[in-house]
Amino acid sequence: MSCVGIAGYGVSIPSYRIKAGEIARVWGEEEGRIVKGLGLSEKSVPGLDEDAATLAVDAARRAVSHAGIDPYDIKSMFIGSESHPYAVKPTATIVAEAIGATPNLFAADYEFACKAGTAGVINTYALIKSGEIDYGMGIGADTSQGRPGDALEYSAGAGAAAFLLGRKDVIANIEGIYSYATDTPDFWRREHAIYPSHGGRFTGPPGYFKHVIGGAKGIMEKMGTKPRDYAYAVFHQPNGKFPRTVAKKLGFTAEQIEPGLITPYIGNTYSAATLIGLAAVLDAAKPGDAILVASFGSGAGSDAFHIEASDLIDERRNAYPVRRIIENKRYIDYGTYAKHRRKLVL
Amino acid sequence: MKPGLPLLWRRTKERYNLIGSKCESCGTHYMPGRAVCPKCRRKGKLVEHKFSGKGRIYSYTVVRVAPEGYEYFVPYVLAIINLDEGAKITGQIVDADPDKIEVGQKVEMVFRKIHEDNPEGLITYGFKFKLAD
Repeated sequence: MSCVGIAGYGVSIPSYRIKAGEIARVWGEEEGRIVKGLGLSEKSVPGLDEDAATLAVDAARRAVSHAGIDPYDIKSMFIGSESHPYAVKPTATIVAEAIGATPNLFAADYEFACKAGTAGVINTYALIKSGEIDYGMGIGADTSQGRPGDALEYSAGAGAAAFLLGRKDVIANIEGIYSYATDTPDFWRREHAIYPSHGGRFTGPPGYFKHVIGGAKGIMEKMGTKPRDYAYAVFHQPNGKFPRTVAKKLGFTAEQIEPGLITPYIGNTYSAATLIGLAAVLDAAKPGDAILVASFGSGAGSDAFHIEASDLIDERRNAYPVRRIIENKRYIDYGTYAKHRRKLVL
Repeated sequence: MKPGLPLLWRRTKERYNLIGSKCESCGTHYMPGRAVCPKCRRKGKLVEHKFSGKGRIYSYTVVRVAPEGYEYFVPYVLAIINLDEGAKITGQIVDADPDKIEVGQKVEMVFRKIHEDNPEGLITYGFKFKLAD
């Protein structure tokens, strides 16, 4: 009776998109080289009035409506982001207020580069598993920035995913968790800095690959499973290339990872990326399907989950499937993008 | 132009969740909420009402010369929305081409940033509207 699962989930992605080719045109790069090198062709851009908090609210409202519960029953709210609107003042209270979960709940913000979202989900899981609360929400939300002209500018997207966990009427059970972390200086942003700095190729093998492999192997060892035991695998997706490479290294096939690979269409949504991938997989999963999830956050660490879809998943499909959300898009040029991201200051 | 913190804070409910009021005597909905029903007076019984956020454009205008703090948005659409429950409120229509807006279009509430004082100031959030799917 202590099994914790996903009672509902919700995803929000801004409707604006910029093509990699449009960014490449401005910086004199070859579009083909960028698209092939990063494995993505466009990214999402937040509207002028969207930030991590507004995207989180949209995702959270969808998760509550998917779960069909009274939002007042949500007793914890964790939001992971590296673009919290305030340096000091929680995003979690804004979201809790906007979904009607205040005042009797535990609310806190997280920061751990791209894995702050799964960090929130793990803590929600822990609170429910301990018997302290019945429902809690973990959200990953970001509107991250890349330095103009930097490789990150092609991939830094915007989006949010909210996971409402509970024990009753879940669409999928979280059968196990495993985390892996070391002090690795692959990517960072100092206080007051607008853009992050990174170690270029150093972000690969000692950063992303070491930790995602550490997380994924750790959860499989803990559960006594092999890659072939999973219907789907979702890895953090900073671009379209890394998750495909790590899947191959771990022994997962394209069929297992492609359904959860969303970054090629919306860019890297940072704290939301792994969770949006998981949402896309849950949109398609059948009862009994096992799903391996391994996030990654620079600095560095990975949170891994072994999830199994329950018998309820077929009758409780999400009204806002990820693949449909990403189809709602309007393209903007680099000038409009620069205005949206406040790279142009009035 | 800049309202005080207590005023903004008092309006959080209304701005975040479209919470107004409804008179249980005559069934009229009010947004923003009222303490007294002007139709029923002392016979009225007002209770809090959370609006569904769905409605239709009753009238609109396109703002091309923005007041301070809204310069980035021009041109933007400001509309009077006839909420499904009956009350009318003013709100911005987001993510829409001003040329494609028409009276009668269905809209739904979204949660967006309304205003930022300055880079160090408070960010005000609340309802805006987008064209319904």
